[in-house]
Amino acid sequence: MTALLQVEDLTVQFNRKGVAPFTAVDKVSFEVAPGQTVGLVGESGCGKSVTSLAIMRLLPKRGTTITGRVDFEGTDLLSLPLEGMRDRRGRDLAMIFQDPLSSLNPVVPIGIQVTEVLERHRGMKRSAAMVEARELLESVGIPDPSRRLKEYPHQLSGGMRQRALIAMALACRPRLMIADEPTTALDVTIQAQILALLKTLVVEHGTALIMITHDLGVVAGLVDQVNVLYGGRVVERADRHVLFASPRHPYTHGLLASIPRLDAGPGERLTPILGSVSDNIPWTGGCAFAPRCSREIDTCRQVSPVLEPLSSRTDHLLRCHNPVVPVGAGAATVAATLEEEPS
Amino acid sequence: MLRYTVRRLLQLVLVLFVLSLLLFIWLRSLPGGPVTALLGERATPEKREELNAVLGLDQPIIVQYFKFLGRVVQGNFGQSTGVSPGTSAVDVFITRFGATVELTVGAMIFGLALGVPLGYMAAKRRGGVLDNGYIVLSLIGIAVPVFFLAFLLKYVFAVKWGLLPPSGRQTPGIEATRVTGLFIVDGLITREWDASWDSVRHLILPWIALGTIPFAVIFRITRASVLEVQGEDFVRTAEAKGLTSRTIRNRHVLRNAMLPVITVTGLLTGLLLTGAVLTEKVFGYPGIGEALYLGFTKKDYPVIQVIILAAAAAFVIINTLVDLTYALVDPRIRAR
Amino acid sequence: MVTTFSRARKQRIDALVNSGDEGSSLLQDAWARLKGSPLFWFGAVIVGLFVVLAIIGPWIAPHDPGAQLLIDQTSRARNSIAPAQDGFPLGGDTQGRDLLSRMIVGARQTLLVGIFATLIGLVGGLILGILAGAFGGWIDTLVMRIVDVMLSIPSLLLAISIGVLFTNPNLTSVIIAVSIPQIPVFARLLRGQMLAQRESDHVLAARALGVKRGPIVFRHMVPNSISPVIVQATLVVATSILDAAALSFLGLGSQDVSQPEWGQMLGEAQGSIDSHPQLAFWPAGAIIVVVLGFTLLGEALREAIDPKNRR
Repeated sequence: MTALLQVEDLTVQFNRKGVAPFTAVDKVSFEVAPGQTVGLVGESGCGKSVTSLAIMRLLPKRGTTITGRVDFEGTDLLSLPLEGMRDRRGRDLAMIFQDPLSSLNPVVPIGIQVTEVLERHRGMKRSAAMVEARELLESVGIPDPSRRLKEYPHQLSGGMRQRALIAMALACRPRLMIADEPTTALDVTIQAQILALLKTLVVEHGTALIMITHDLGVVAGLVDQVNVLYGGRVVERADRHVLFASPRHPYTHGLLASIPRLDAGPGERLTPILGSVSDNIPWTGGCAFAPRCSREIDTCRQVSPVLEPLSSRTDHLLRCHNPVVPVGAGAATVAATLEEEPS
Repeated sequence: MLRYTVRRLLQLVLVLFVLSLLLFIWLRSLPGGPVTALLGERATPEKREELNAVLGLDQPIIVQYFKFLGRVVQGNFGQSTGVSPGTSAVDVFITRFGATVELTVGAMIFGLALGVPLGYMAAKRRGGVLDNGYIVLSLIGIAVPVFFLAFLLKYVFAVKWGLLPPSGRQTPGIEATRVTGLFIVDGLITREWDASWDSVRHLILPWIALGTIPFAVIFRITRASVLEVQGEDFVRTAEAKGLTSRTIRNRHVLRNAMLPVITVTGLLTGLLLTGAVLTEKVFGYPGIGEALYLGFTKKDYPVIQVIILAAAAAFVIINTLVDLTYALVDPRIRAR
Repeated sequence: MVTTFSRARKQRIDALVNSGDEGSSLLQDAWARLKGSPLFWFGAVIVGLFVVLAIIGPWIAPHDPGAQLLIDQTSRARNSIAPAQDGFPLGGDTQGRDLLSRMIVGARQTLLVGIFATLIGLVGGLILGILAGAFGGWIDTLVMRIVDVMLSIPSLLLAISIGVLFTNPNLTSVIIAVSIPQIPVFARLLRGQMLAQRESDHVLAARALGVKRGPIVFRHMVPNSISPVIVQATLVVATSILDAAALSFLGLGSQDVSQPEWGQMLGEAQGSIDSHPQLAFWPAGAIIVVVLGFTLLGEALREAIDPKNRR
């Protein structure tokens, strides 16, 4: 099955005056099949947002160096002229962002912000587009859509705004949708609703989805495949079930272990991942995660690990010299390792 | 929207009230006392008695103030003592009003027509040669005193090269019918094209001189505003939707970036009014500004009074209108 | 092992201690940005030269600015003035005085006008702002309403209105007339600053930690409030000089000719402007350059302290 989107060795470097160039995305590669939902997971600063912005060619031209290949339906998006990219955006691939209020034009009614996509890519006239817009708003679960068409963004609630943005993104039935932390700015109850909505819609339309988030909970119920990013590189890739059942990378393991659990006993401590992103060492000198890794061995500071399939399963890739032992085989050891206090 | 309008109108009334108070205090502080100031040095004792009674100078201040308010409302400001002796001060104002309107409106249009496009372009090519050059240009627009620029233009184009008339509003001898008091408009209405064009020729240099003020301000505000809006999330959304650069520019960037420009228009009216005083003086243009200047030199306080009150009131009213326009354009304000 | 992490952390802290505070404070950031800004240097050089000229003016002027040395070459009847000649590079004015000396000495008065007008505006605004901010309640509302009304009147118009009140206009009356419209500007700025500071997160944090009022005001609120005031003051010096020149142009300025001031010289030159435009060009040119200098400086400062510019 040919991939819908094939990202090959995507590298994004930011150059600013007087500072060393910063590589936000470091030879990242992954694929998205038609209709598949893929997650890009990681902490702030790991490069997941920049990756998606690079795919959409939404990064500013000045001060950015992008190399690699982004193959979408046979065309390399990175080498397209901007006009060609503009044609595809909104029609073939779409994106929604984190803050629904600031992502909407405050002085233009919602209806127009939806119809402008239809007018642009499907050549519809305003009146026909308005009718379609009304249906679109209804399909994303906005009550009383006719009224909403004339309203302004500040008159809608956070959840409704994000629904409207989803409607705008899906208006032309794009084959791929990228959602960058779409629920982070919303209340928890609304989060669940929006995620459920996204799931229904992508299944219904057969849209592929790239879900970007730092929240593993979001990923758990939604995606087919997970890519875990750290320091601009993919460190683990696996099917959802496999990843959650037995994460092999210490970072992924740490992320899962750090989630507060309702069934934890009273007095049980939270287990954070020690340190922060600023403790990284460059990938060129070893493993970027080494300073924070509880399973660090000598090689980790000398040789940079490569992303390769696990011996047992070819669809589970890992970038680690000393992966976590699978659950069952040494759970006690793992637990003991994590509970050691820093001296 | 209605509630907001009512609120602003009430504020307007309050401000006018405070203004009248300030004007009253100012009047009482004039050198020589209000009677001498209003009648001039050579007033007869009978006239003085009369004015004394009208002003109620022997009565408590509060009564004086209300008498003053009464006179203001009736439009009774007395007779001009220097600018056009014999005519009522209010008439002096009315006859010259149209001239200044044509001057200031034209200057404002000049400022907008140059300032907005240049400001937008400067923002698009951030850091380019154009951007830095524009900054210097607009700063010069601020630093050069308007009266000096006016004089420079007059000297070069009118006196030395004789391309345009150096002063006045109309060449003597041109037949023109008056309808509104706005000569250019009158000419257009009565189809007396040459009369209209003649008025325009007299206004070109003053328009440029006075227009540098709004240009400098509008240029900088537009540039700063466009820069800020360009970085907003909703512009990124518009890009992500694949909209044409034209749509993005007009519906998303400009519509938001122009909001501060609207606000600044109110401020500019004040600068334009004061600039008009200086410009009219240099060009001998018979507007309110020139009347104010003549009023100073001849100590014609009735005229000065009328003009200052009218100017301040106009400024405040225009600002209120600007606020209302802004609320019309930006739906978020209406909600408050 | 976890020990590697804690070791690395200790090393980091030690490095931090040894290097002194590497992190740049807002002021250091601002200074770094100023150093690279051509606008700043342009403005600073102009202002610097102007101040130096103002200080040493009377000593380097070739002649007494009030002495009518060229009166024999000046004739009212024939409308002629002394041309440029040896010892008098700029020629004479309508009273036969050396134009160059008057220009040089005039720098001092012009600077004083700008500085005093700004100072009065600043102090007046400070008093009003403190009154409003400290007492709050209806005093605050009343004062700010009056300030708003004063702000709603164009500043030059206000200056003119006040200038008219003086029977014998002189430099002092000009300074007062020009400074009064600036008082509401500073009042509003200072009050806005104080309000913003009171509500700001770092002050709230300090209060939550139990820091006393005094240190809060001085160590937290003042340093952050000062920068916009400095920017505004620089710009106000520029507008004061311009407005003073406008007043003189309109005949409301100082008539005392022994103390030359550029705006006043410009006003004087009005009468003979058609025949001897250079009498107006020199003071006008000087005013333009100086005002430009202050404006550039003020704008550069404003860009430098704007926290949005922080990388």
